[in-house]
Amino acid sequence: MSDLVRLTATEIAGKVTSGEVSAVEVTQAHLDRIGEVDGRVHAFLHVDADGALAAARAVDAKRAAGQPLGPLAGVPLAMKDVVVTEGLPTTAGSKILQGWVPPFDATITRRIKDAGVVILGKTNMDEFAMGSSTENSAYGPSHNPWDLDRIPGGSSGGSSAAVAAFEAPLAIGTDTGGSIRQPAAVTGIVGHKPTYGGVSRYGLIAFSSSLDQAGPFGRTVLDTALLHEVIGGYDPADSTSIPQPVPPVAAAARAGAGSDLAGLRVGVVRDLGGEGYQAGVLAAFDDAVATLRKLGAEIVEVSCPHFQYALPAYYLIAPSECSSNLARFDSVRYGLRVGDDGVNALEDVMSLTREAGFGAEVKRRIMIGSYALSSGYYDAYYGQAQKVRTLISRDFAAAFDQADVLVSPTSPFVAFPIGERIADPMAMYINDLCTLPASLAGTPALSVPCGLSENLPVGLQIMAPALADDRCYRVGAAFEAAVEPLSIPEVAK
Amino acid sequence: MSRGLRGHVGHRTPLGGLARPKSGGQAPVDSEGVSDPTASAAGRISREEVAHLARLARLAVSEDELDLFAGQLDVILGAVARVGEVAAADIPPTSHAVPLTNVLRNDELSPCLPREAVLSGAPAVEDGKFRVPRILTEEA
Repeated sequence: MSDLVRLTATEIAGKVTSGEVSAVEVTQAHLDRIGEVDGRVHAFLHVDADGALAAARAVDAKRAAGQPLGPLAGVPLAMKDVVVTEGLPTTAGSKILQGWVPPFDATITRRIKDAGVVILGKTNMDEFAMGSSTENSAYGPSHNPWDLDRIPGGSSGGSSAAVAAFEAPLAIGTDTGGSIRQPAAVTGIVGHKPTYGGVSRYGLIAFSSSLDQAGPFGRTVLDTALLHEVIGGYDPADSTSIPQPVPPVAAAARAGAGSDLAGLRVGVVRDLGGEGYQAGVLAAFDDAVATLRKLGAEIVEVSCPHFQYALPAYYLIAPSECSSNLARFDSVRYGLRVGDDGVNALEDVMSLTREAGFGAEVKRRIMIGSYALSSGYYDAYYGQAQKVRTLISRDFAAAFDQADVLVSPTSPFVAFPIGERIADPMAMYINDLCTLPASLAGTPALSVPCGLSENLPVGLQIMAPALADDRCYRVGAAFEAAVEPLSIPEVAK
Repeated sequence: MSRGLRGHVGHRTPLGGLARPKSGGQAPVDSEGVSDPTASAAGRISREEVAHLARLARLAVSEDELDLFAGQLDVILGAVARVGEVAAADIPPTSHAVPLTNVLRNDELSPCLPREAVLSGAPAVEDGKFRVPRILTEEA
């Protein structure tokens, strides 16, 4: 393994800018690393070596011409396959989009390219981002670099596995109910779900529009913050984009790494812990709280009584929105068409196409959504879930009166063995227990590694009020600086 | 998750407002005469109801899938019915976490994708348009 793939994004950008290494050398080292390990990790669905090297050459040419480079210029990145990329296959982990090549770039794709960040390829994911393990991918699961027989989290598990396996220093994920934070936690890396509306959704293949949010992965808090600044900010093409500048997350990460947390109130959420959580996860979390206290933070306990309803509310709202969003896969404008034999009518072709093109979890959620939105059931299911959403936001508001940030484990479990939960939808859904409240409230949350349990990584979730993403990064960076870094193992042969 | 499961009332609730299975019983009625579809959790989803939902969602599910999904949807709907435990009659719903309203773009011409690019991913194209299977059936 080349030393170049061990570097942080910040270090790579510094070396590229100073001319110590070229962007092409860095990119080639990561492509070599992908060639070496991805047969075992299966982080990528599509590697774009030619495009990556061309992007790297453009960065090197820009430097040679004396033009200024951005803070992440020349740094390779792994892109979740739910984000559209002009000219690069995009499947969202589904057979229904196999072979589809988008004719345009998502806003975040455009911003990443404009920043000189090098897109290595597209990463594996649970189909349409529905899942917590990548086992719902139509193209087979990704594997956790810590233990190849275990899941790398999901739905952005290809992205988390790529970063943990040193195939890329940075990655993009999307988080609807925890799909950035849980994969970050179980692979021992950093991941952040921005405030809803903080990062453009234009060009994200929609799952649940009121919850979907793209965000960054990195191996350090600062790297993650720098990527956040590249992708974040107002986009007129997304009507839910917040017309405000990106919070100063990189400055917060730098400040946090160099200071204590004196004067900061940290709320431990009583309702996110205890029964049902693995003992090793709770022990690592308790140690993390002790570290925060040692850093000078005042620890308070807060109660959020409606968080227990986040899971049922989420599993009504997200399927309801997906049943509507996925209606676009109708065999007409893009993707698969099955059964068009000149005899079958359009409706039959649609049904045969969707039956062949969607996996079991997607079908389940579409049907749950169709049920919950049915006339006569709407008020009791979808309408009631939206009221619960209000109550969860009120719980957050009350908690943030007592504390500047809230903390919890990111996931109740460490990475579980591939195959262990796939047959039982509810056993899969409870992976999202700790991440769902911030999703429903639209508030930002970061996962940072906080130790090991059974030699597998545990994540600390740091939650802040809407638009205060910088608080997550400040506390995350202070915590990261105060603990022994995890030593990610070499991927087993 | 078992605490989320309410007791099995032993009848099937119809899909309100949709094609109601002929064999379906009436939904339970509370003191105000309002039907409470979440009052029964387990046992609500039959094979016929899965077939109905699948048809609504344009999914040609197989016989095996009908059995599998009937059981799974039943468990999931039983668990999510827990939202009904919260007293929320006077709570306003939240559809979106960020309260932005009336977001309009400026009424200005801007470039759009060329027709060939838009049609490039379509399964069938004819005369510069999406080609679709016939939309009328024999009976129609």
